Amino acid sequence: MAFESFDAFIAMGGHGPYVWACYIVFFALSIVLIHWSRVQRKATLKRLAHRHAGSGKGNMAGTEDIERTGRTGADFARVKSSDQITDG
Amino acid sequence: MWQIFHKLGSPKWFYGIASQLMPWLLWIGVGLFMAGVVWGLAFAPPDYLQGNSYRIIFIHVPSAFLAQSVYIMMAVAAVVTLVWRMKLADVFVKSAAPIGAVLTFLALFTGAVWGKPTWGTWWIWDARLTSMLILLFLYFGAIALGSAISDEKSSARAVAVLVIVGVVNIPIIKYSVEWWNTLHQPATFKLTEKPSMPAEMWVPLLMAVLGLYLLFSWLVCLRMQTEVLVREGRTRWVKELVQPGGSR
Repeated sequence: MAFESFDAFIAMGGHGPYVWACYIVFFALSIVLIHWSRVQRKATLKRLAHRHAGSGKGNMAGTEDIERTGRTGADFARVKSSDQITDG
Repeated sequence: MWQIFHKLGSPKWFYGIASQLMPWLLWIGVGLFMAGVVWGLAFAPPDYLQGNSYRIIFIHVPSAFLAQSVYIMMAVAAVVTLVWRMKLADVFVKSAAPIGAVLTFLALFTGAVWGKPTWGTWWIWDARLTSMLILLFLYFGAIALGSAISDEKSSARAVAVLVIVGVVNIPIIKYSVEWWNTLHQPATFKLTEKPSMPAEMWVPLLMAVLGLYLLFSWLVCLRMQTEVLVREGRTRWVKELVQPGGSR
C-alpha cells in the first residue's frame, strides 16, 4: 500500500479531487455507454420477436428469400405506435 | 482463403462466434482492467515530481491509446467496406464510432483535469491537445454522417471515405509531442525502448491498457450484434433466434 491510512488514500496528498473526478467520470460514462448498448440490444430483440410472433409458421417459407430493401425504420415506427395504442 | 474471408463477412457466422467470445472478453477484460487500476491507485509508488496526481495516468493513457487505435481499426474496416463491399466491415465502423467518441472525450477530460495540478491550466491550444480534439470531431462526424444517410450502401460508402480521410490525423497526434513544442510529455510506452518508469508503475498501466482493449472488443461485439439483428431482421436465422427457444 502506498498510503498510510484510508484518509490519506482519499486525500491523495491534496490531489484527491482531481484524481477522483477523473475516475468517477470515467466509470460513469463507461457505464452509461454499456447500459445504452444493452438497452438497444434488448429493444431490438424484443421488437424482432414481436414482429416474427405476428407472422405464423405459414409465412416462414418466404422469410429467407426476402432481401432487405431499405431501412427497418418503418417497422420500428409501426411497432411503436401499436404499443402506444395498447398503453392508452 | 477466400472461403474464410467470405465466412468472416457472414453476419450469421459472426453473431454465433461473437456470442461465444463475449463472456471471455468481458470477464478477462474486467479482471485485467480493475487489477491494473486498483494497483495503480493504491499500491504503485507516488511520482517524485507530480505526487499522486499522476495516478490519473491509469485511465488517461488507456483511453487515449484506445481512442487512436479504434480509429485505425475503423479506417481499416472502411477500406474493406470500399474495396470488398463487406457489410460486416461497415457494421464494425458504425458500432465502434460511439465507443471511440466516448474514449476520446475521456482522454481529453482526464487530460484536462490532470493538466490543472501539473501544468497549472485545464486547456492549452497546443498540438497534442488540439489534434486530439479534432479526433473527437472526426468521430462525431462519422456518427452524424452515418445516421444522416438512410440508404445503407450510400451511408456505408460516405462514412468509409470520411474515416479514411481523417486517418491523416493519427500520425499528427502521435508525433505532435516530437514535432512541436508542447506541454504534453512524450509517449509512456515505446516499442523500441524500455519504459522510463519503474515496473510498479508501468505493469499496472499495461494491464489497464490490455484490459480496456478486451472491454472494447466485448462492447463492440455487443453493438455489432445489435446492428446485425437490425439489418438481418427479415432473414430466417434471425427469426429462429428471436422466437421462444432460440439461443440469443
